[in-house]
Amino acid sequence: MEGWDPNTKSTLTKIPLLTTKAGPRDGAAWTQRLKDEYKALITYTQMNKSNDNDWFRISAANPEGTRWTGKCWYVHNLLKYEFDLQFDIPVTYPSTAPELELPELDGKTHKMYRGGKICLTVHFKPLWAKNCPRFGIAHALCLGLAPWLAAEVPILVDSGMIKHKDDAASSAGS
Amino acid sequence: MEVELKEMLEDLEALKRTLSDPSHHDSIAKLQQHVERISDLAKSVPSRRSKVQDMSAEVVDSNPYSRLMALQRMGIVENYERIREFSVAIVGIGGVGSVAAEMLTRCGIGRLLLYDYDKVELANMNRLFFRPEQSGMTKTDAAVQTLSDINPDVVLESYTLNITTVKGFETFMESLRNQNFRPRNGDGGVDLVLSCVDNYEARMVVNQACNELNQIWMESGVSEDAVSGHIQLLVPGETACFACVPPLIVASGVDERTLKRDGVCAASLPTTMGVVAGLLVQNTLKFLLKFGQVSPYLGYNALKDYFPTMEMKPNLQCSNAACLERQKEYILTKPARDAAAAKAKMEMEASSATEIPIHADNEWNISVDDSYDIEKTDLTSSSDALPEGLTRELPSADEFQILPVPEETSTSIDDLEELRRQLEALNAD
Repeated sequence: MEGWDPNTKSTLTKIPLLTTKAGPRDGAAWTQRLKDEYKALITYTQMNKSNDNDWFRISAANPEGTRWTGKCWYVHNLLKYEFDLQFDIPVTYPSTAPELELPELDGKTHKMYRGGKICLTVHFKPLWAKNCPRFGIAHALCLGLAPWLAAEVPILVDSGMIKHKDDAASSAGS
Repeated sequence: MEVELKEMLEDLEALKRTLSDPSHHDSIAKLQQHVERISDLAKSVPSRRSKVQDMSAEVVDSNPYSRLMALQRMGIVENYERIREFSVAIVGIGGVGSVAAEMLTRCGIGRLLLYDYDKVELANMNRLFFRPEQSGMTKTDAAVQTLSDINPDVVLESYTLNITTVKGFETFMESLRNQNFRPRNGDGGVDLVLSCVDNYEARMVVNQACNELNQIWMESGVSEDAVSGHIQLLVPGETACFACVPPLIVASGVDERTLKRDGVCAASLPTTMGVVAGLLVQNTLKFLLKFGQVSPYLGYNALKDYFPTMEMKPNLQCSNAACLERQKEYILTKPARDAAAAKAKMEMEASSATEIPIHADNEWNISVDDSYDIEKTDLTSSSDALPEGLTRELPSADEFQILPVPEETSTSIDDLEELRRQLEALNAD
C-alpha cells in the first residue's frame, strides 16, 4: 500500500472487508457474498456522502447480481464530468477482479482495453489478488476506478478528448 | 465469367465475318487475343479443393497429406491418421492462437473449436495469419474463412463470446462437453484445450473450466516485451493448476511498478508469437499422437535463446476448490496406477529376459557387477531426500491428507432485498 495517498488509505480501512469466498456459480454462498457486497457498498456510499465526496452510483442490473450498471463522475477545474459505469462479475470472482468499463471513453485513451475496460493491471490487480477474498466491488471502485479517474480525466479534458456537457451542448447549438 | 468471355469471343468472330473491310481485321484479332488471355487468367484462379475421404500415404503432388503420412514410414508416429479423431479447443484467436489453429488445420486435425470475442484490426498485422482485408471481421469468422480454404476436411466450430462472463462460461463449458463429433468415455468432448489468451482473468477461467471437467489443457503465453514466452501442460490433479502458483508480483510482494512501465502498450513480434505457437502445437502433436516426450513446461527466452524446462506439482493449499477435488482423486487412484506401472515394467522385463543372450560365449569370463545396480536404485529412491538442515515447507503430496474444514461462518440474518433497497435509497439522492 505504499504510494497511496493517506485519504484513500483511511477510507479503505473503513470499508468493511468481505468474508465469503464465492462466485456467481456458487449458489447460496454467492447470495451470502452478495449481502457482503451490498453492506460494503452501503457503508462506502454513506461515507462518501458524509465526507462530501460522493462520486458514483452503482446497482445490480440483474437479479443474480452478476451485472452492475451505474454512473461515476469526477470534478476537474470546478466542472463535473460524468460517465456511464458498467461491469460483469467474472465467473472466477473473487479470484479475479471485475473489469470496470466506461464505454463512453472507449478509444479515447490508451489506458484502456477494448470495450472501455479501464486498465487496472498495474495499480490495482496485484493488490486485489493479495487481498482475495476480502476485497469486493466497493474496494474495486475505491482503489481501482477512483485513482484511474483522478489520473485520466484531467489528461482527457486538457487534451480535448472529452468536453464538458455544457460546452458540448453550446458548441453544437452555435 | 467463363461463359461471358466465350460469348464475347463468338461475337467478335461474327463481327469479323460481317466486316468486309480487311483493315479492321487486325484490331479485331487483337481484341480476340485479349479475351483469350483473360479467359486463361480466369481458369487459373484457384478453386477450393474437395474433401478427402481417407488420408493416403501416396506420394503424388495432389495429396495434401503425403508429407504427414511419411512420419509413419520414418518411424516417428505409429498411426498418423488417428489425428482425424481428435478435437482441439483453442481459446483466444490472437497472435498465438490463430497460428496454432493454422498449424493444426494443415496437420489435418479432426475438429477445431475456436473461441474469441474480438475483431481483427490493422494493429494485428505485425503478427501472422490475419490479412488486412479481414479487418473489421470477428477473429473467429476470419479464422474460419481462412482455415476452411486451407483444409476443408477439418470440422470448424466458432464461438464468438467472452468466456469470463457467466453466460459465456456456460456456453464454453457446454461446448467442451459436447460429444457429437466422437462419443467417448467420461465427461469431455475434446481431447485438449489450448489457452492462447492474453490476460490473467481469461487464463483463470480456462483453468476453472478444465479443473471442473477434468480436462487436460495447455497454456501458452508471450511476455509483454515480446522477447520471452512459455508453454505449459496442465493435467488436473497431477500437475500444478494455473491457480496453484500465484503470479510473481502477488507472491513476492515486490513493487509491481518495477516490473511494468506505466502507459506503455504491450509489444509483440511475429517471430516470438510464431515460435511459441510452434512449441505449443509440437507439444500438442506429441501428446495426441504419442511420440517423443511431452514437455510439462517449456520456457523460451529470445534474448539468450534459453529454453528452460521444469515440472510443477499441485499446491495442496490451492485456492481453487475443483483443483483440490482433482488432487484428491489423483492421490486416491495412486495405488492402482502404481500397480499398473509395476505390472507393465515386469512385462517389459519378462519379454526382454526371454530374448537370447547377445553373446553366446564368454571367452574372458566378463561379468556385470550386481552391486552397482543396487547402489543406483538406492540413489533414485533417496533423491527426494533433502540435505541436512533443510526442511520442506509444504507436506509431501504422496498420501492424501484430509485438510481441516474451516468453521462455518454464521449466516447473516440480513435479507438481500433489504440491503438492495438500502443501496437504492442511497443512490436515489
